[in-house]
Amino acid sequence: MKEYIQKYIALRKHDMQVAWRKAKSRKMCYLFLAPYAILFTMFFVFPVVASIYYSFTYYNILESPRFIGLQNYISLILEDDIFLLGVKNTFMIAIITGPLGYIMSFLFAWLINELPRWVRSVAVIIFYAPSIAGNCYVIFSVFFRGDAYGYVNAALMNMGIIDTPKLWLIDPKYMLPICMLVILWMSLGTGFLSFVAGLQGVDRSQFEAGYMDGVKNRWQELWYITLPNMKPMLMFGAVMSITQAFGVCDVTMALCGYPSTDYAARTIVTHLYDYGFSRFEMGYACAIATILFLMMILCNKAIQSLLRRVGT
Amino acid sequence: MSKRKNGAVDKPYRKPLIKKRKPNRSIAGDIALYLFLAIVAFIMAFPIIYAVNSALKPLDELFKFPPRVFAQHPTLDNFSDLFVTMGKSWVSFSRYLFNTVFITAAGTAGHLMIASMGAFVLAKYEFPGNQTFFKIVTVAMMFTGYVTQIPNYLILNKLGWIDTYWAIIVPAFASPMGLFLMKQFMEGLPTSLIEAAKIDGANEWKVFSGIVMPNVKPAWMTLIIFSVQALWNNKASTYIYSEERKTLVYALQQIQSGGIARTGQGAAVLVVVMIVPIIIFIFSESQILETMASSGLKD
Repeated sequence: MKEYIQKYIALRKHDMQVAWRKAKSRKMCYLFLAPYAILFTMFFVFPVVASIYYSFTYYNILESPRFIGLQNYISLILEDDIFLLGVKNTFMIAIITGPLGYIMSFLFAWLINELPRWVRSVAVIIFYAPSIAGNCYVIFSVFFRGDAYGYVNAALMNMGIIDTPKLWLIDPKYMLPICMLVILWMSLGTGFLSFVAGLQGVDRSQFEAGYMDGVKNRWQELWYITLPNMKPMLMFGAVMSITQAFGVCDVTMALCGYPSTDYAARTIVTHLYDYGFSRFEMGYACAIATILFLMMILCNKAIQSLLRRVGT
Repeated sequence: MSKRKNGAVDKPYRKPLIKKRKPNRSIAGDIALYLFLAIVAFIMAFPIIYAVNSALKPLDELFKFPPRVFAQHPTLDNFSDLFVTMGKSWVSFSRYLFNTVFITAAGTAGHLMIASMGAFVLAKYEFPGNQTFFKIVTVAMMFTGYVTQIPNYLILNKLGWIDTYWAIIVPAFASPMGLFLMKQFMEGLPTSLIEAAKIDGANEWKVFSGIVMPNVKPAWMTLIIFSVQALWNNKASTYIYSEERKTLVYALQQIQSGGIARTGQGAAVLVVVMIVPIIIFIFSESQILETMASSGLKD
């Protein structure tokens, strides 16, 4: 046993020396990477660590942080009903808009793939525009206005489906579905672009080989040839979808107000904002951030291991 | 997929389409598909068309009942109103516009420079820590910026950058998405190109600025569009308090909450906010798609 450990240490030492020598000969590389690495560590890596640390403290900016153990998490899960409501809403939105948006992205990328080139370019612009047009979703507050002047109310009343205007964005019953609709409208984003580009890159000769081997229709072609070829893009698109689905807050805040009626449109991120920047309970907000972080990473890992099986 | 090691020469997006129809397609299916696509495209575009039209409507048309989608007598009054009436308010509209343009331009330029330098060595050189660092960057794409917002606030506070432009600009330099896409695209560059330059006696900086950067122009556009999109739409209200340093999106929300009298101007600002990223995208679409072809995540 002792011998084994000594051997292990010697090997490690050797490895380290080799790495060190290599690093020395590549000084230029580190110099090139340094600006990015420093900023990235400062604004992405360190904040995650700091967030985990603060989540175990009581911290309100004025006093220095005081260690309180798991208290923040305990109150979050056991006492904070609004947080649980936020978790529920976030999950509802994520479970519905995440997969649906992802499938839509792929489906439309695949459908427009065979169009003539200029039509495809136009189609990409139209489909991608909502997600890039920033705050364009506020226009939906005009469509879903609560009085008879709102387009949706007016249309439904004309058709005789409803007889009084509905308060779409104030009534808790309708808030979440409307938000989901808007999020879906915006869901053809970065992943969609990746799919469009990836589909163009699939080797044509594979399709021809497929015809020879008796691929009968476009669905078989999709499953046996296109999808396996698209795996890296599918992974990338999944990451984008998940990140977006869990980070939902802009749309709900813009459409349903902040805070919304009965907190019906509260999400985890809105709750984080509330505690972080309205009440300045930084420790508590960091506990929320940590939970959100863990949820996203775990979900990503799970989906990735699932996608690895596509076409195998 | 076959690895396109010489991706810079072989451009997958530019490949000519096969002219003849694929043998396993039915005509009825094709027609149904086109019809379906046309309907969906209309639904997707409708809110944007509506927004543009309401910005062009004169005041009396805005409140017409029943409302119409298209403006009958389009004017640019709403846009000029932005500068005229808002010019008299405490912080003029042009100031908001300047803030956003400045933040976007500075943040994008810095991001392009810094991320490309990092991506270059990550893609083309082997050194200890290379793989690990890139893996961490990929993980960082998996969570949203909201997670890090509070510690970021504390850090920016320590640096004394709260309520300055730097609070928005500098964190944008390190956006993981840009580095990721740039690195993936640079991997497609033939290594022989770099080796040849080295034999000619060019140092790393010369290789980077003289050979690599001019060859990855499609990726520039991609970094630019993602960075512009993020910065142009940045509300920045958590890090910036002073009214004269707030951004366009913030102004948009202020104007929209200004009530009915500001409806036309609100629509005009909305168009200004959304049109810039869309126009950049329209002009750089093919280059962006070329970059995205190498965006896949390999395990």
